Amino acid sequence: MSRHRIVRGMDYNDEYDGYDDVYGHSVDDDCVSPTDQQWLYDRARGQQSMSAFISKNKNIEEEAEAEDDDDEAYQKARRDSESFQMPELDEMEQAKLSSCVDEVRSVVGDAVSERRIVETSMRFDYNIQQILDEILNDETNKKEKEKELEKRPQKLKITAPKTALITTTPKPTPTKITLAAQKDARRGFDIASPKAPASPVVSGRNTPVDGGDEATRSSAINASFKISKDQAQRNAQQLYSLERSTQKSHIHMIVIGHVDAGKSTLMGHLLYDTGNVSQRVMHKHEQESKKLGKQSFMYAWVLDETGEERARGITMDVGQSRIETATKIVTLLDAPGHKDFIPNMISGATQADVALLVVDATRGEFESGFELGGQTREHAILVRSLGVNQLGVVINKLDTVGWSEERFQEIVHKLKAFLKQAGFKESDVSFTPCSGLTGENLTKRAQEPALKSWYSGSHLLDVIEHFKVPERAIDRPLRMSVSDIYKGTGSGFCISGRIETGVLCLNDKVLVGASREQAQVKALTMDELTQTSVFAGDQISVTLAGVDINNITVGCIICDPQLPIPVTTRFQCRIIVFNVKVPITMGYPVLLHHQSLIEPAVVCKLTASIHKSTGEVVKKKPRCLGNNSCALVEVETSRPICIERYSDFKELGRVMLRVAGVTIAAGMVTKIR
Amino acid sequence: MKLLGKYVDKGMQGNVTLMPEESEDMWHAYNLIAEGDSVRSTTIRKVQNETATGSSTSSRVRTTLTIAVESIDFDTQACVLRLKGRNIEENPYVKMGAYHTLDLELNRKFELRKPEWDTIALERIEMACDPTQSADVAAVVMQEGLAHVCLITASMTLVRSKIEVSIPRKRKGNVQQHEKGLAKFYEQVMQSILRHVNFDVVKCVLIASPGFVRDQFYDYMFQQAVKLDYKLLLENKSRFMLVHASSGFKHSLKEVLQDPAVIAKMSDTKAAGEVKALEQFYMMLQCEPAKAFYGKKHVLRAAEAQSIETLLISDNLFRCQDVNLRKEYVNLVESVRDAGGEVKIFSSMHISGEQLAQLTGIAALLRFPMPELEDSDDDDDEDGAAGGDNSDSD
Repeated sequence: MSRHRIVRGMDYNDEYDGYDDVYGHSVDDDCVSPTDQQWLYDRARGQQSMSAFISKNKNIEEEAEAEDDDDEAYQKARRDSESFQMPELDEMEQAKLSSCVDEVRSVVGDAVSERRIVETSMRFDYNIQQILDEILNDETNKKEKEKELEKRPQKLKITAPKTALITTTPKPTPTKITLAAQKDARRGFDIASPKAPASPVVSGRNTPVDGGDEATRSSAINASFKISKDQAQRNAQQLYSLERSTQKSHIHMIVIGHVDAGKSTLMGHLLYDTGNVSQRVMHKHEQESKKLGKQSFMYAWVLDETGEERARGITMDVGQSRIETATKIVTLLDAPGHKDFIPNMISGATQADVALLVVDATRGEFESGFELGGQTREHAILVRSLGVNQLGVVINKLDTVGWSEERFQEIVHKLKAFLKQAGFKESDVSFTPCSGLTGENLTKRAQEPALKSWYSGSHLLDVIEHFKVPERAIDRPLRMSVSDIYKGTGSGFCISGRIETGVLCLNDKVLVGASREQAQVKALTMDELTQTSVFAGDQISVTLAGVDINNITVGCIICDPQLPIPVTTRFQCRIIVFNVKVPITMGYPVLLHHQSLIEPAVVCKLTASIHKSTGEVVKKKPRCLGNNSCALVEVETSRPICIERYSDFKELGRVMLRVAGVTIAAGMVTKIR
Repeated sequence: MKLLGKYVDKGMQGNVTLMPEESEDMWHAYNLIAEGDSVRSTTIRKVQNETATGSSTSSRVRTTLTIAVESIDFDTQACVLRLKGRNIEENPYVKMGAYHTLDLELNRKFELRKPEWDTIALERIEMACDPTQSADVAAVVMQEGLAHVCLITASMTLVRSKIEVSIPRKRKGNVQQHEKGLAKFYEQVMQSILRHVNFDVVKCVLIASPGFVRDQFYDYMFQQAVKLDYKLLLENKSRFMLVHASSGFKHSLKEVLQDPAVIAKMSDTKAAGEVKALEQFYMMLQCEPAKAFYGKKHVLRAAEAQSIETLLISDNLFRCQDVNLRKEYVNLVESVRDAGGEVKIFSSMHISGEQLAQLTGIAALLRFPMPELEDSDDDDDEDGAAGGDNSDSD
């Protein structure tokens, strides 16, 4: 504790000279523990060049080497596909092989070299299922390794703020840049994204504060908003471990699927079975639904609360509730399945970490939901493009087909192939048979003899329990997306939303939206409990003071005053075009979905169409973009919006383009003008 | 618009006297009058008189002025056209060469003299004076929390009001705030309809939305109408029509105008026709990309080969300041017509026209595929692209 006493005794006003106190502090030499020191690069100690330093340090060297290796392997793989000679085979074999290769290609795309496919196919004797498994698993392993590598420098970074607390003269370079300069972790699509230049995160053009370079800008902001010492020097990690280490981990789960697949009923029943809905309320729902002649809706009414939703028997807006499992607190987001309410579903999905895909096992129903234009397909692709990578598939209403194993397998087979194509790893997808109405296999193991005879796997609650909690970006600057604005009890108004990155504490000063108005946090609540600090990944509501309610709209971003979010009307993004009826040309009007924001926009320039997996430019300035193409485009909105580059903030760098109720493209922001 | 007199000689020089009768005619006038034309119309001018003693009095006089137009200003919301220019005719009150701004008024004739009348301009007069083309439709595109009340006339889509209300989401045990917000929103939309829709002119009112918003709103509106005795709404109940749209944003109007039920009701309005033509272009681009081209360079090349079957061109191209550029476009239109092609001039005030204007303003469907167009342009397009990039990045 002695270190802290020194800090307390310090005269801050003497030390404070505006700019230097910004969020991240550089590590200074005289206060780093000796063990840490050997891993830190410091020019002052005679370690003249970074490369020399790296070669001296084994740990880091290993990483560099591994990355090089990877690159080399990649290069080799590329060369492979160019100059690979088919092995000599007889005609029959040859035909088998080529059809097999074609099949595999259609799933994995061009990312895998021809040699690999051929070799694997021969090894597994042309069994497509096995080949695919092998290839895809290998790919994922590779990615995992990459991720691992990326995490390493992060660890190094985390130690930085701790030491910064005791520094007396912090250097003006924010340490967090190290992360931005790293290769981004590839969530979403598997496209090689460009290396982000090692520039500061803030690159907003149309910012109200002028001043060319980073230093003047942030000092200007600092001058106008006197933020408290506390906020400026907060150590996010410490605070987090202090507050949250004793609690269960928190996870957000969105329930998706075709309309009438039984999402609300399933969730309603789950809530009832886990004791989150009282007997009395359930009885009330039962009586009321019986009165309307819709008794099968009694569980859905737990989540569908508005009169309109109950009368029509469909969910229209995302319903929210939470359950607790043995190790987790799970926030359930019940998405609407109807086509017209996909905008609501998207805003729900942006808040989710994992997803539960509900499909109807009834004959004909599954097929209609799964075929082109069905929501099973669109929802799965949407959540994947929004960064959800763990998926639990629930085969619902299996009681209507007599708990037939054949039907279950048929659906699993069809979905597996599709989900693989959509980009889900097989290891992250699970299949569970159940019935939302009867409650079979929800919280208890299978009871029904017909099901028991062939199924002995985990029940739904178990599946939820086994979702992995994603990593939270707590040490990044604060970003929170607003999904709802309402009048709270007492004074002021509340906004609710999810903290994407960073930490928010009581009495913090924040900037709101594109207008960058300053506001102060007056109260923080999470699940109706007052909090003093909330962290990335939390679903919270905030009472704000000092800002007009009319200046906040759904979809705007609340950010850190020291490292504000860029504001722009025009940005470049890399998009993947889905199945479209008409091609995308320049001047194509679209609806831009970004977090909860929906904004009309125009695709104003088609910069280049690029290769789906290699990222090479195929054609500069294409005339139009057809089905399943990949391209760099520029998008212009009529009003300025807050947006981040994908390489800086994955969460805030994803966009969706929709036209006439159909999602036509998903993309990530590469450049902000 | 009423055509009162037309004297155009063989050299296509001459003057035309017109009388605008409705606000839409101002739009036509805006498209007709170009810089350099002379316009003669009655106007009000403030005249200052200085007496011998030095005291000055000012008075407003109505007089007829002829000005050489220097700048044109069109207010889309009020449908007012303002022309600024120098006086070029002797007048007891206004000196030669003095600046004046003419406000063209409804039901007051004006005389327009052009150094050269081209076919586009003459066609525009014909179109403006065609009385059968006036089918006004009001449309409300809405979604929860957002509504646009628009008026669709033959050649204009006017957004009369945009209503944005933030409606709290439904949340556990607090559904009232959501429903209250919704009611407030519906009330505002209804008031806006009452204020902006003139049921004497408007044949039908389209209410378009995703989901059930339109039904809810329709029910709400007529409940309120009965309760508060809004005769206007009750009398015209049959004119309301509910249509599906995917969102409440303005460009959803395109979907509305493609709805078969709406097409049947609106029959042959320009708006629906334009949407259809643009859709055809996009379909062609999808199916046979070698038969659909956009951009001036490609289209001019295709026109040279006489391959254009349908030419889509936005009228903002004809409003350009550059006389030669305008001539180029006029020649293009004429050459396409001579080759037996069809020319569709889009109004840039419609949704589809807006989109076409973004798409370089000019597009063509060809009779036969010309894949060579696509390939040949790569090198010379680079220059244009580079130039464009430079201007963009600033």
